[in-house]
Amino acid sequence: MKRLSSLLAPLALVAVLLGVWEATCRLNHTPQYLLPPPSAIVVALIQNARILALSAWRTLAMALEALVAAGLFGGGLALLVTLSRTLDRAVRPLAVALQVTPVIAIAPLIVIWAGVDHPDRAIIALAAIVAFFPIFSGTVRGLTSADPDLERLFDLYGARPVQRLTRLRLPAALPFIIEGAKVASGLAIIGAVVAEFVAGSGGAQGLAWRILEAGNRLETAKMFAAIVALALMAAGVHLVFQNLERRGLKWWRGR
Amino acid sequence: MAPPVASLSAVEVDYPGRGRALGPFDLTLTGGEIVALVGPSGCGKSTALRLLAGLEAPTRGQVQRAAGRGETSVVFQAPTLAPWLSATANVALPLALAGLARGEARRRAREALARVGLAGAEDARPAELSGGMAMRASLARAMVTNPKLLLLDEPFAALDEITRRALADDVLALWRETRPAIVFVTHNVEEAAYMAGRVVVMTAGPGRFAGETTIDAPVPRPAGFRTTALFRDAVETVSGHLASGMAAAA
Repeated sequence: MKRLSSLLAPLALVAVLLGVWEATCRLNHTPQYLLPPPSAIVVALIQNARILALSAWRTLAMALEALVAAGLFGGGLALLVTLSRTLDRAVRPLAVALQVTPVIAIAPLIVIWAGVDHPDRAIIALAAIVAFFPIFSGTVRGLTSADPDLERLFDLYGARPVQRLTRLRLPAALPFIIEGAKVASGLAIIGAVVAEFVAGSGGAQGLAWRILEAGNRLETAKMFAAIVALALMAAGVHLVFQNLERRGLKWWRGR
Repeated sequence: MAPPVASLSAVEVDYPGRGRALGPFDLTLTGGEIVALVGPSGCGKSTALRLLAGLEAPTRGQVQRAAGRGETSVVFQAPTLAPWLSATANVALPLALAGLARGEARRRAREALARVGLAGAEDARPAELSGGMAMRASLARAMVTNPKLLLLDEPFAALDEITRRALADDVLALWRETRPAIVFVTHNVEEAAYMAGRVVVMTAGPGRFAGETTIDAPVPRPAGFRTTALFRDAVETVSGHLASGMAAAA
């Protein structure tokens, strides 16, 4: 019963809000280019389903590629950094600087560097920059999170550095890495969309481009449809990663 | 008399920012003897244990260790098991680190688990074990290498009275099989007198030698050992050392 109400309550609120929206639009005869009623958005969604799905896949694919790149680079750098305190001190401020600089500010630069013909490369690079930090800092924290007494045990039994890494530090880091990847997955999508906006060309043809394109043509209902598709895709990715996290942690703890 | 397994001669340990933590302190361990190190909190008994394990070096003084790599085992206050490994894999860890083949390591780990009464829990993860069971697994991991020197750092401090008494008997039963030298650190006088053949008392920090008592009784202890005059006297003597050690430091 409680489960049912926790499921129904948000749906009911959404239904009421959509109803008010629809009614307001119809009663006021609001122009469609200013605020289309929900029904028009649904129609736009259905009419453009194919192209929206394709664009969503483009954006998703770029975000995932960026996530993989950020994982390799962030994870690798984290590994190096935990091997040397000096390296840690050297890398930290740069990593933080990269993290606090708004991606939109560096996006035009990257777009220039990637070349006008390759907006997709710029988008992947920018999304990877945003996704880098949570993976990097999560992995660094995880690699240094092992129980100090377990570290002593590895000293006692004369473990080699490789053994310490593969049998202690990496497994101990796993929950932190999973958490970092989950946060990074959300950021990668945001980064990809922001980068698409800045690239602003039709070369990449992701969801952000659909929003821009529809906006330029004053097809407001189609804009909304693309936003809905984007929200659905991001929510889907979030759910998948949340699920992976839950399963991963369950496996790690053994219950 | 058996040759010494390890000894501390006039060791002192200073920690930066905290000053002297231990010493000067002497301790010589004969092969197969069970020694309890008793002292108030912060007297440096765990530091002494880490010196014996070779995990730390003294600031001054000498540490001599006859036990080679893999011949010393430590049991910490917490079970210190890797949560991502099964009980068997946890116990097999010292063997795996020494390069033993996986199958052989796991076979010996399962035997060690059976010896501490954990047969049937081989595949359990640490999160599924009770506090006492986890401590037993930790003990099995320490014993799986057949160490010459077993160091226990307040191993039962977090357990309830019944479990810690059962574990004390278990440790003594395990000792009888391979007769390692055992040093265990505790602040529980009765536990020290029950388990050890020799109880070394330390003063309040920085810990020095405050007194020593030998307890000449069969190991494992006979039933009702806690009610014997021998045990009561030993407890009184150790308590006396402890009191004078505290007074000397104050």
